[in-house]
Amino acid sequence: MDPLRLATVWMGGCAGCHMSFLDLDEFLIDLAPKVELVFSPVVDAKEYPEGVDLVLIEGAVCNEEHVEMAHKIRRRTKTVVAFGDCAVTGNVTAMRNQLGLGNAENVLQRAYIELADSTGRIPKLKGIVPELLEHVMPLQEVIHVDYYLPGCPPPADRIKALVGALLAGQTPKLEGKDIKFG
Amino acid sequence: MCAKTLTIDGNEVSAADDATILDAATEAGIKIPTLCHLEGVYDIGACRLCLVEAVGIPKLLPACTTKVVEGMNVRTDTERIRKYRRINLELLFAERNHVCSVCVSNNHCELQTLAYNHGMDHVRYDYLFPKWAVDTTHPRYGMDHNRCILCTRCVRVCWHVEGAGTLNTAGRGARSQIIADLIQPWGEADSCTSCGKCVMACPTGALFQRGATVGEMEHDREKLEFIITAREKKQWIP
Repeated sequence: MDPLRLATVWMGGCAGCHMSFLDLDEFLIDLAPKVELVFSPVVDAKEYPEGVDLVLIEGAVCNEEHVEMAHKIRRRTKTVVAFGDCAVTGNVTAMRNQLGLGNAENVLQRAYIELADSTGRIPKLKGIVPELLEHVMPLQEVIHVDYYLPGCPPPADRIKALVGALLAGQTPKLEGKDIKFG
Repeated sequence: MCAKTLTIDGNEVSAADDATILDAATEAGIKIPTLCHLEGVYDIGACRLCLVEAVGIPKLLPACTTKVVEGMNVRTDTERIRKYRRINLELLFAERNHVCSVCVSNNHCELQTLAYNHGMDHVRYDYLFPKWAVDTTHPRYGMDHNRCILCTRCVRVCWHVEGAGTLNTAGRGARSQIIADLIQPWGEADSCTSCGKCVMACPTGALFQRGATVGEMEHDREKLEFIITAREKKQWIP
C-alpha cells in the first residue's frame, strides 16, 4: 500500500498542538513507514503540494494568508482535521474578537508600540506581512472540516486515536473525554 | 399523599403527587442531564438541558419544572432530545466567551462536561464574542460574565439558602447579567455576607475564588449540600 500523504499546518496557534504531535513518542516510529510527511513546520517544504490525503491544521484563521492557505489546502486535500482548540473554537487566538471592530489595530499597537523597548513600529510591508483579519475565525467558518480534534493541546493519545483510525481506513469516532475542550 | 404512576423510558415508575419528572426519574435511577437545577433550591427551567418528550404532547417539556401526571409516558433519551440538547449546549458556548483552556474551572466545569458527554466536538454557530467585564472588586471572590450561562443558581442560593439577597439579574436576553445589589461593583454591595455559596453553586468558572489560576478552582459543592441537608432534614452530616 502506498504511504498516506500526510501534512500538518500551523496557522494562528502557539505550536502546542505540534508539540503534542511530537509527544506521540514511539507511535511516530510506527507511523514513519505508513506515511509520507509532505508538508509541515517540521519539514522543509515551501509549497503545500497537490494530492494530500490527510492534513492536521493547528490554529485559528487570523490573517489573509491563513484564508488563502485554508482554501488551497481544501482544494488539494482529501481529509481535513481541525487540530486543537484554536482551529476548532478560535480559543485564545480569537479572544481579540471581544475587543470589537478595530481590534486588529489595537493588538498591533499593544504588541509593537506600547510594549516596544525603544524603536517600536508596526510591521506592514505589503506582500511580506499578511494583514490581520478584523475577526479571528475557527477553521470551519472558512472551509469544510471533516473531523474535529479538540483540546488545548489535544493529548497525544487523542491524536493517536484519530490518526490511527484514519490510517486503518476507519471512520474516527472520538467521544466522551476525547472531545473535551481545554 | 397519593402516588402517581407513569412510564419513564419504558420503566413503570411511581412518584409522589407533587413530584416533577426530574424527581421521578432521579428516584428511579434514570439520569437526566441538568445545568440550572441545584438540589436545595427551587427550579426555574432556565437552561433547557433537561428537556424530555412526553407521548401525546408535541412540545418538549423541562423535566425540572413539569409535574408528573398519572399515566404519563416520558422519554428522556431520544434522537430528537439529543439533537436539541446539543443545539442548546452549542448556543451556550456561542453566546459568551467560554475559553476552557484558560478558565479557572477547566476540568471542574459542568458546562464543559455536559458538552463532551453530548458529543459536542465543535460549535456549528458563529461565536458572538461579546464584550463583558470581570468584576474583581470583592476581596474574596470574582465574577467573570464571560463564563456566565445565566442559570441563576447563584441568585437562588444567595436569596434562599444564605438569605442575603445580594445577587440578582438585570437586562434582557443575551445582554442579561448577574448583578450585585443595585448594579454596584460586588465589593461595594453592603448586603453580601461573603459566605461564598454562590461560588459553590456556580456550574462554570463565572464565579471564582480570587487567587485561583487556570484549572485550579473547585466549587466545593459538598459544603453547600451539607448546609442544605442541615436545613431541610435537620441533620448535620459532614
